[in-house]
Amino acid sequence: MSKPVKQIHLAAHFPGVNNTTVWSDPEAGSHVEFSSFRHFAQTAERAKFDFLFLAEGLRLREQGGEIYDLDVVGRPDTFTVLAALAAVTERLGLAGTINSTFNEPYEVARQFASLDHLSGGRAAWNVVTSWDAFTGENFRRGGFLPQHERYSRAKEFLSTATELFDSWQGNEIAADQQSGSFLREARAGAFVHRGQHFDIQGQFNVPRSPQGRPVIFQAGDSEEGREFAASSADAIFSRYSTFEEGRAFYTDVKGRLARHGRTRDQLLILPAATFVLGDTDAQAQELAREVRRQQVSGATALKHLEFVWNRDLSGYDPDGPLPEIDPDPGEHAIAQGRAQVRMYRDPLATARQWRELAAANKWSIRELVIETGNRQSFVGSPATVAQTINSFVQADASDGFILVPHLTPGGLDAFADTVVPLLQERGVFRTEYQGSTLRDHLGLAHPDADAASERVAS
Amino acid sequence: MPGPAQPGPSTPPIHLAVALDGAGWHPAAWREPGARPGELLTARYWSELVAEAERGLLDFVTIEDSLSLQSSRYTGPDGRTDQVRGRLDAVLIAARVAPLTRHIGLVPTAVVTHTEPFHLSKAIATLDYVSGGRAGVRVQVSGRSDEAAHFGRRTVPPLRIEELASPAGQALLAELFDEAGDWVEVLRRLWDSWEDDAEIRDAGSGRFIDRRKLHYIDFEGSRFSVRGPSITPRPPQGQPVVAALAHATVPYRLVARSADLGFVTPRDTGHARSIVAEIRGEQAAAGRAEETVHVFGDLTVFLDSDPGAAAERRARLDQSAGGEFTGDAPVFTGTPEQLADLLQELQQAGLTGFRLRPAVLPHDLEQITRHLVPELQRRDAFRTAYRANTLRGLLGLPRPANRYATAAV
Repeated sequence: MSKPVKQIHLAAHFPGVNNTTVWSDPEAGSHVEFSSFRHFAQTAERAKFDFLFLAEGLRLREQGGEIYDLDVVGRPDTFTVLAALAAVTERLGLAGTINSTFNEPYEVARQFASLDHLSGGRAAWNVVTSWDAFTGENFRRGGFLPQHERYSRAKEFLSTATELFDSWQGNEIAADQQSGSFLREARAGAFVHRGQHFDIQGQFNVPRSPQGRPVIFQAGDSEEGREFAASSADAIFSRYSTFEEGRAFYTDVKGRLARHGRTRDQLLILPAATFVLGDTDAQAQELAREVRRQQVSGATALKHLEFVWNRDLSGYDPDGPLPEIDPDPGEHAIAQGRAQVRMYRDPLATARQWRELAAANKWSIRELVIETGNRQSFVGSPATVAQTINSFVQADASDGFILVPHLTPGGLDAFADTVVPLLQERGVFRTEYQGSTLRDHLGLAHPDADAASERVAS
Repeated sequence: MPGPAQPGPSTPPIHLAVALDGAGWHPAAWREPGARPGELLTARYWSELVAEAERGLLDFVTIEDSLSLQSSRYTGPDGRTDQVRGRLDAVLIAARVAPLTRHIGLVPTAVVTHTEPFHLSKAIATLDYVSGGRAGVRVQVSGRSDEAAHFGRRTVPPLRIEELASPAGQALLAELFDEAGDWVEVLRRLWDSWEDDAEIRDAGSGRFIDRRKLHYIDFEGSRFSVRGPSITPRPPQGQPVVAALAHATVPYRLVARSADLGFVTPRDTGHARSIVAEIRGEQAAAGRAEETVHVFGDLTVFLDSDPGAAAERRARLDQSAGGEFTGDAPVFTGTPEQLADLLQELQQAGLTGFRLRPAVLPHDLEQITRHLVPELQRRDAFRTAYRANTLRGLLGLPRPANRYATAAV
C-alpha cells in the first residue's frame, strides 16, 4: 500500500547577514529598504508559501578585532518589518527570530501577541538562545549567561511566555455598550511565575490573539536543542537539506515526539535550502558554479579559513595552497558573532582533512572553500528541482523547505513562477490558501485555552 | 525639507497632532454610539484612525502604550470591568499603519524604564525605513511597582501619585528621568553609529561597507552600558523625532536636554508662558539654545458644532463613567471655532503646536480633521497641503549631521 501524498510546506527566508547573498550582482537590491521586503513577501504570497522568515542579529560580527566588512552588513528590526509586512500581505505567515537571552518574557510575549492581532493570526516565533558576552555588551543585562544555562533559560522563557499568552482565554472581552461591561473578568491576564530565571507576576495586557499563541519554531541542532524542539516547538528549522542527512535528522527528531506525548504531525521539519534554476540542468550547474565564485571571493575564502585556523591569515594567497601551520588551539578569538565558528569543534582535524582534500584535488584556498561550503541544495531546471523537492518530502527527508535565495529581493521570483506551478500540477502544493492563519497553513491545531482556565482558577 | 512659510506675517503656523488611545480619552468613550469597542485590537481600527488624521493634514499621531493593563489608579490594577482594558504594542501598531499612509508622522510610545535601548533604537530606525522618514518616539518612564513586577529585574516602591512630591517620590522621579536621558542618548548615538554612506558595495575590494564609517558608541551609564554600533543603518531622517510628556521641572529638563518635542499641560496662557520659559532656560543651560525644541500644549477635547451639544455629551459620558472626567491635561469642551480661538491665544504664549486628545474616537478626531483644521486654514494658521515627506520636514527640523562623521573630520 502506498503512502498518501504529503503536502509540501514552503517558506521564504529573506537573507540577512551571511556570505551567500550576492550583493555585487546588478540585480541585487537593498537589504534595508522596505520596498525590498515588500517585493519578497508579495512574491512569497503570490506563490502561496506558508510563511516568510526573518533572522535576527544583535551585534555586528567582528574578525581580527574589526567589524567584518565583506558580507552584507546591517539589517532592520525583525518585529517592525513583520508588522509592516502585515499591511501589504493578507495570508502569508510572518515569522521572526527573537532571542530569549537579551529580552524579557513580558515584553516579547506582548510583541508577538500584538503581531498576531495586527496580522490576523499570522505570527510565528523562532526561539533562539545566545549567551555570549560579545553580544551582551549591547544590552542591559550584559553577557553573563553561562553557556550551560542557555537552554534552561530558553525553556523557561518559552514556558513563561506561554503562561502569558494563556493568561487570557479569549472570551473575557464583552464590550457590551448597553450594560457597560467591557470585561467579563476583572482578573483577565493574571499570572504568577516563580522560576529559576524569571520571578514575575501581575496582569498581561494583550488579550488572546487570533492564533492563541504564535507558532513556535526552533533551530538548534544539539541534543538539547532537539529535545527542546520535540517538547515545545511546532516546527524545527534544520540545516540538513541533503537527502541522507535529512532522513536521519527527520527520523531522529520525529522519534522523540512520542516521549513528550505528541504525535508526528505536531512538529514539522523544515530545512533551510538554497537553489539555482536554469533553463536546463546543465545551464543551472554552470550558473551555480558562477554563483559560488561570487559568494566566495579570495578575501572571503581567507576569512573563512581563519574560523578554523583561529589566526590572522591575511598574508596568504587565496589562489595558493593551504597554510602549513596548524590552527591555534586556543579559545576562538579571531571571529566574534559568527555561527560558523561553532561548526568547527575540532579545528586540528578539520585542517588536516582540508589539507588532504586540497592536495588530492589540487585546490587552492579559494577553491577549497568554494567546494566544501556554500553548495546549493537544489540545482537544475524547474522540473528537476520540483521533482527533487517532492521526492525529499515524500520520502520523509523533510516536510518542506525554507528557501534562501542568493539574490534579494528578486531571487524568489523565478522559483515562484516556474517551480511552484509544477508542484501544484503534481497536487503536492496548495493552489489557494485554505485558511487565514499560519496554523491553518501548517496544519497545526489552534491551542485551546482550557489549560489556561485551569491555571487561572487554581 | 521644511515647508514654505505660511501666510501671516508675524505668527508661524500651528502644528497639530492627535493622541490616539483605545476608544478615546474619556473612560466611557467606548459606550458611545459610534465607538467600535470590539475592534480596538484590530489593524483596521488603527489604520482608519490614522488615515482620518492624515486626511486632516495633521503633523503626526501619537499612540499610547504601557507595560501593564490600563488602570484608573497609578499604583496598580484597579479591578474595574467597565472601562477599556487590553492594548497592543504601540511601535507595532505604528509599523502596521506605516505602509498604508504617506505623509503623517507616526510617534508610538516606548516605556524606557524596562526596555532595551538597543532594541528600541533599531525598532524606531526601522519604523523610519518602513514609513519613509516619518518615525518618532515618545519616551515614557514607568514609576509603577506593578510594571516593575512584570519584569522582575528591579523593584519600584509603590508610591501613590500624590506621594511623588515627597522626597522619596522626587528621588525616584529624578532617577527614572536621568535613566530616560541616558536611554535617549543611547538611541541617538546608535542612530548615528552608521554614517549615511557607510554601505559602499565596492566590488573591486570586495567590501560591502566601509567599516571606518561605523562607530562604537561605548555608552556607560548608571543603569546600563551599550557598546554598539547599531545593526540597523542610519535611518532616513538621520535622527527620528524624540518626544516626551512633561508636567514638572524634572521632565521639563528631559525635554530641554534630550528631546525634539515636549508635550506640556498648561492651565492657561500665563502657565503656558512660564512652562515655555522654564524649558527654554533649561535648553540654554544644556547648550541647545540654537536647536528647535517644539513645545506642544496637550488638551483633551470634546468638540461639537453646537457648544451645548459638546457639554451635554461630556455630561452624558461622565454619567456613564460614574464620575467627572479629569486628567493630567486641561479639558476643552466647545466648538471647533472656539478651540481655534483658544489655540491661537495659547500660541501667543510661546507654544509651537498642540497635541489634541480626542475624548471619543472617532467623533472628536473627525471634529478636528473636518472642522477645526478648515477653521484654522481659513485663518491662515494651518497648512493646506503636506509640503514635506518626513516628520522632521513637517516640523521644520533640519536633518541633523552625524556626530561621528563630524568628529572624524
